[in-house]
Amino acid sequence: MSLLKSVFISSIGKKILMATTGLLLCLFLVIHLIGNLILFAGPDAFNLYVETLSSVKPIVRSIEIILALIFLNHIFLGSKLTFENRNATTQKYVVNSAGENSSFFSRNMFISGSILFIFLMTHLSTFWYLFQKQHDEGNFYEIVMGNTVGFGNPIITALYCIAMILLGFHLRHGFQSAFQTFGIRYNKYSGLIETVAILFWLIIPLGFLSIAVWFGIFGGGY
Amino acid sequence: MRVTLKVWRQQKADSQGSFESYPVENVSEDMSFFEMLDMLNDQLVLAGKTPIAFDHDCREGICGTCGLFINGRAHGPLTGITTCQLHMRSFKDGKTIIVEPWRAKAFPVIKDLIVDRISFDRMMEAGGYISINTGGTPDANEIPIPKANADEAMDAASCIGCGACVATCKNSSAMLFVSAKVSQLTLLPQGQPEREIRVKNMVAQMDKEGFGSCTNTGACEVECPKEISIIHIARLNREFIKSSF
Repeated sequence: MSLLKSVFISSIGKKILMATTGLLLCLFLVIHLIGNLILFAGPDAFNLYVETLSSVKPIVRSIEIILALIFLNHIFLGSKLTFENRNATTQKYVVNSAGENSSFFSRNMFISGSILFIFLMTHLSTFWYLFQKQHDEGNFYEIVMGNTVGFGNPIITALYCIAMILLGFHLRHGFQSAFQTFGIRYNKYSGLIETVAILFWLIIPLGFLSIAVWFGIFGGGY
Repeated sequence: MRVTLKVWRQQKADSQGSFESYPVENVSEDMSFFEMLDMLNDQLVLAGKTPIAFDHDCREGICGTCGLFINGRAHGPLTGITTCQLHMRSFKDGKTIIVEPWRAKAFPVIKDLIVDRISFDRMMEAGGYISINTGGTPDANEIPIPKANADEAMDAASCIGCGACVATCKNSSAMLFVSAKVSQLTLLPQGQPEREIRVKNMVAQMDKEGFGSCTNTGACEVECPKEISIIHIARLNREFIKSSF
């Protein structure tokens, strides 16, 4: 079996692709969060940050294309695997006490992923789209804080918070699961992986949440 | 004690099955689950009805023949045991017990609670063996094997192939079974000559049989009567990646 065939045809290969794309998306989240945290430094710092990114547009666009391909791969492959796996069970149990042997979120990654997909589409069509449109006018900070699509709108803030909590649960299973798929989860490393995983499933979603809570609920301290 | 059994009845592989209820009286809590089923079957035979078909052989938890999905759990409510090691004291008096066969596309129902697990045999045929000539009986400890490796290989070798891992997995994945077989031979010197071809062939056969893929929920290691760890699945993944290069 050639390497390509192993990766794209076999069940383990498809899982390896899911794990790779998942971890790359985790890396993106780290970069995204660092950028977002600049909001705490005030309008000038944040606008300067976005304008700096705009000044290197070709690089940003190239990264966006790669990122879009990673997202699409993760989404399509995740859906494909879900339907293949459902097809592997012809008849469901009348009584299934799955809660006794596995966590709810480990069993429902497709559902948490699907909701996050809806969030992603909304997020792109609001923040991302308006940032592109606003390109030369600046005032990106105002879009984020505004009461149309920004944290000035309590519904947006609430939905954003729910999405971030779901992201935490998606990563709670997904992050450590990727290492199991890569086969690098020996007994001696499992403690280390669990510890690093906390950064991803707890700290990162909390970082995004802190922005929504501070600016959306406490009005940025004003 | 008195229990009501709600059992899946299916005349043959291609017939439509359904649940049937059977009240069972005078059950001793010291009875094994199978002794209770035997008692019910005796009553069914005396009443001129067809007894419930279920797989069993050694009745001491080592052959891997038995396997029922009881009240939503593979091998019943306890962990670390097979169905034949389950006793009626694990159930409450007067309750209804729901008994289903293993459900997986690769484990079709033959009759009532009996499923066809020949897909496991075909995966073993694909690579779960060593074909090298090991000669006559060697002296003890002639082949040096580190104690840690021997222990882990033994843990993997305790797999009895009952299929609880597949039955409990939401994806009907056979990864725990295949990983136990691959792990057992990979950890020992005798397994080295066929190390790569074994994992490739067994995984290819696993996919061909229609088992789902592993999503690392960990349900299999909880329900495995031999408590085989998903650490072996990590090893299988690792061996598969290595064999692909």
